[in-house]
Amino acid sequence: MATLAGVFNRPYKPTGVWGWISTVDHKKIGALYGVTAFTFFLVGGLEALIMRFQLARAEHGIVSAEVFSQLFTMHALTMIFLAVMPLSAAFFNLVVPLMIGARDVAFPRLNAFSYWVFLFGALILQTGWIVGSSPNTGWFAYAPLTAESFNPSNGMDFYVVGLGVLGVSSVAAALNFIVTIINMRAPGMTLMRLPVFIWMTLVTSFLLVTAMPVITVGLIELYMDRTFGMNFFNVEAGADVILWQHLFWVFGHPEVYILILPAMGIVSEVLPTFARKPLYGYPVVVLSGITIGFMGWAVWSHHMFTVGLGPIANSVFAITTMFIAVPTGIKIFNWIGTLWGGSIDLKTAPLFAIGFIFLFIVGGLSGVMHAVAPSDAQQQDTYFIVAHIHYVLFGGSIMAVFAGIYYWFPKATGRLLSERVGQWHFWLTFLGMNLAFYPMHFLGLDGMPRRNYTYAEGMGWDFWNLVSTVGAFVLAMATLIFVHNFFRSLRKGEPAGDDPWDGRTLEWSIPSPPPEYNFVAIPTVHGRDAFWDQKYGDAHGHVARAPAGASSEDEGHGIHMPSPSILPMITSLGLGIAGYGLVYSFPVAILGAAITMVGTYAWSMEPAAAPDEHGH
Amino acid sequence: MMKRSLFKSLAIAALGLVLAAVAVVALALLQVVGVNPDSPQSILRSHGPVAERQLWLFLILFWAVIVIFVLVGGWLLYTVVKYRRRPGQGIPEQMHGNTRLEIAWTVIPALLLAALAVPTVAAQFYITEPPDGADQMRIEVRAHQWWWAVEYPDTGVVTANEIRVPVGKAVVVDLTAEDVLHSFWIPKLAGKIDVVPGKTTSMWFQADEPGEYYGQCAEFCGESHAWMKFRVIAESPEAYEAWTQAQLADAPAPATEAETAGAQLFITKACIACHKIHGVPAAAGVIGPNLTHVAGRTMLAAGMLENNEENLRAWITDPADFKPGNIMNRDGLAYNNPQFALSDEDISNLTAYIMSLK
Amino acid sequence: MEHAQASEHAEHATTTGIDHRKMLIWAFLGSECMFFGSLIATYLVYYGQSVSGPGPADVLDINTTTVSTFVLLMSSLMMVLAYSAVSKGDVKRFRVWIVCTALLGATFLGFQYFEFTEFGHHKQTFECPPALDRPALEPETACQDGATEYKANYGLTPRTNLFGSTFFTLTGFHGAHVTVGVIWLLSLFGYSFRRGGEDLVRDGGLNVDLAALYWHFVDIVWIVIFTVVYLIGVTVAPV
Repeated sequence: MATLAGVFNRPYKPTGVWGWISTVDHKKIGALYGVTAFTFFLVGGLEALIMRFQLARAEHGIVSAEVFSQLFTMHALTMIFLAVMPLSAAFFNLVVPLMIGARDVAFPRLNAFSYWVFLFGALILQTGWIVGSSPNTGWFAYAPLTAESFNPSNGMDFYVVGLGVLGVSSVAAALNFIVTIINMRAPGMTLMRLPVFIWMTLVTSFLLVTAMPVITVGLIELYMDRTFGMNFFNVEAGADVILWQHLFWVFGHPEVYILILPAMGIVSEVLPTFARKPLYGYPVVVLSGITIGFMGWAVWSHHMFTVGLGPIANSVFAITTMFIAVPTGIKIFNWIGTLWGGSIDLKTAPLFAIGFIFLFIVGGLSGVMHAVAPSDAQQQDTYFIVAHIHYVLFGGSIMAVFAGIYYWFPKATGRLLSERVGQWHFWLTFLGMNLAFYPMHFLGLDGMPRRNYTYAEGMGWDFWNLVSTVGAFVLAMATLIFVHNFFRSLRKGEPAGDDPWDGRTLEWSIPSPPPEYNFVAIPTVHGRDAFWDQKYGDAHGHVARAPAGASSEDEGHGIHMPSPSILPMITSLGLGIAGYGLVYSFPVAILGAAITMVGTYAWSMEPAAAPDEHGH
Repeated sequence: MMKRSLFKSLAIAALGLVLAAVAVVALALLQVVGVNPDSPQSILRSHGPVAERQLWLFLILFWAVIVIFVLVGGWLLYTVVKYRRRPGQGIPEQMHGNTRLEIAWTVIPALLLAALAVPTVAAQFYITEPPDGADQMRIEVRAHQWWWAVEYPDTGVVTANEIRVPVGKAVVVDLTAEDVLHSFWIPKLAGKIDVVPGKTTSMWFQADEPGEYYGQCAEFCGESHAWMKFRVIAESPEAYEAWTQAQLADAPAPATEAETAGAQLFITKACIACHKIHGVPAAAGVIGPNLTHVAGRTMLAAGMLENNEENLRAWITDPADFKPGNIMNRDGLAYNNPQFALSDEDISNLTAYIMSLK
Repeated sequence: MEHAQASEHAEHATTTGIDHRKMLIWAFLGSECMFFGSLIATYLVYYGQSVSGPGPADVLDINTTTVSTFVLLMSSLMMVLAYSAVSKGDVKRFRVWIVCTALLGATFLGFQYFEFTEFGHHKQTFECPPALDRPALEPETACQDGATEYKANYGLTPRTNLFGSTFFTLTGFHGAHVTVGVIWLLSLFGYSFRRGGEDLVRDGGLNVDLAALYWHFVDIVWIVIFTVVYLIGVTVAPV
């Protein structure tokens, strides 16, 4: 087996494309995640624009009903699984080891594997646009519309296999971060000294590890039905099609927190830094994050209030759902408490973070409105819900992602994003977002159902639909401005220095961009806001010893870092091939599985760090 | 000294309250201007007890939410403006929290939500079943891609896409689906309930005044989901009784030459394979809507087109133009077998016949 | 997959003192619990919901499966012995026990293969005349000449009914896990010949420890399946 690894001729100091393919450096993998996910964010945005254009006026014939179905399905799948989740993963990768004072994640090659599996899963999911049959049942894919008899094209197969492969990626990444966070903290960094972003990463990872298998089982059952004619969702055989909804939402509601908790973590880092105050009520904020994670398991049926589960089930889930607003509210109050009495520098990053709070209040409040099951029966599946989810996912997750990008871009690249352009980006996004999504509340109350490819004249929906479309194009413009800012600043941005924001956490104690090994010497932590305490002293006026971390390049010699490897990519390529095989032909699936197996063997025989590199 | 500062803080508090009140009213007004209760599917003007109860709950939430938004959002804005960084400012006090405050903003929302739970649960039970002793009737609805079959088990009336009910009577609807999931929704009368193949779900509604109410499928059910609509027509008990009697009669026999030709075509072009017409023994299909009295309905193609000759002709000519993916186009011999193809004249005659089925 | 992974951290103590890989496998098994939990939940939701036979009591053979369950349990015992040997540095004993473990695992898979094919060809005796929901007569004349019972094909495949779909999917995925386990165990056996087993022994047999955790987990899942599907399925009538 050892020779097998030799076949691939292990790269030692690769550069260029080869360097990216074989990298196991968490920062580079973070960049890969970020760039890929942002590309898919643009794809999902384009899908949204086509839909908004179609809905701009009554009976607009821009796209057919079938294409519209594929658009709204793929828009959701793309934004959730290929944009927001991997953007969170990008931040996990980039920031987690730096914040906890580690040189890498616990399993660097598994980390690369997660990225490549994500990429291949994403490609499988998007294949439909090339072969002309994307998934078309909504991202929730309610049975039995997904059955072969109603849906003979390959679209749902791409859905099943694509999400299955993406699940492998998510679970692998989540396991990695669980171990990294629990097991690789710098000396002195106890759990209650962890930055909140790390806490939220940990909670999110546990949610991923436990929620993903549930949807995987649902996907397997759907696959068995479609491919082998089994009966899981076959009404004639006595199946209960509601089973799919339970499996989907038992996963789907924790998934909502998978999308929002990392965002809350980012905001909890950005606000203290720019207000120059510690996070208000840290233990409570952490505890509410954990509580949200747990309660996320007890509310799934609020997506099913109109299914007819009966008044008792509806009441129970209404109450659990209402009470999830308590920990969420605590977070919001504590963020405002953080700003209160601070010295708030209104740079772009905190603007996005404050925008997040503001929009999340709106989305959270409309969420409580939906929790009230009997009145939700009027809002379910209308644009009122569409407004709500965009206030929490765009106003929430995406605003926080932008806050995070403005915040950590200088750490990752060594250059600042342009503040002047950034301010334009924020205000246009804020305007466009409210213009696009606020009118959807009105449309929903006026009875416009979601997922309709068009609507009749005379329903009274024309005006706000037009406004919403205008808002969507404003958002598109804002996003283009950001893309411009990103590429321009990458080349010509102002040099950032190690600590451009007067940061509080360990990542600001090292050079920007950080060297491969991050820390020359692993820092010792004496409190929360470890780096701030080093700079200004803790509450008792003690100034910790100067960090041994920030110093010149050549001190990094002799630090063991894992060597690059292309085996993670090969192994995941096998999974990708197997995925296509499951859609098109079983022999191909076996070939893919064989590649994965060979890759796995070679990988387990390949030492993590090449011994001769360090002259052993 | 003491007095002045007390006076000052009182003044500030009063000013804050006034500002908050103004903001609440302004925000509420903004919402009122934004919505369009006259829209035929607006939930903001209810015409029956179920929708009314739901609207009442919604309005409680609406005011609560506006007040909370003004308070919290206002606090956020005030904080950001007041504590924005000024040149030469030092490091602010590093405070880590305040246990009492944090307990307060945990307990107060929890109490508010607990209070909200009471009307929620009560309303949930109310909307599930009509109150005891209410004057009730039952109907059975079977949802299909993309239309609704309606049966009145008490009288034997069978119709489609249009539900006639007497005002003031609680109507219990038992629903099931032929193919995929659907959701039954009459915004002005009651919130939605999903329609599930292999199961029966039920809901109730009551119309308090005569009128024509829009209904809509609210669960994505495939390509033409957007056009899976229906109407509920509430009328006086007498008018309802008259309608029932008319519905129970056989279809009128063709009178004109064109109608006779159309009646013949209805059989020879295989329309009968899917459509039932009482009084025409050959027309016994159950796959499509019952057409016995189709001309008497207000709408065609499941609440999509106004029922008139021009629309009917267009519909028969190319149903897929209106409802992409519908099975009349897919499976109807007239549309996919050249031997059964309809000429312009055939279409005219069929239109004449169907328009005669009052 | 991560066999050689931790070496770069070998020189650093981990925060908790637990090896990265061990923590990973525990978290992974947590994920697996949710996986099998969902499959078993599906099985239970559909228990007794099939509109046609055969049901658990018709095809399941408790005696055979008790034997295969015993075989799998014994393999866990062998696994314990294998780990015990390797943690004492006894590579030779380790090889014996690990091969035994893998063989018992493979035997279990053999039982499962036999069971699956047997279910497909299951025949059953029915009373004459045939009830409406019973399989047709074959040959059609079997109930003539005053016969009081007849024998007919009553096979169970994944497509037959809800019981077939849920049963084969649940036990099939368990079988797939056993298969992966057997391959893993045999790989460790092969690995034990590398540098005379030095690599395997060096870290206290951690690689074997990880495989053992997985193997015991898969066994425990089988105990649950055996109880829920077989014992309860044959003895307790569905509600």
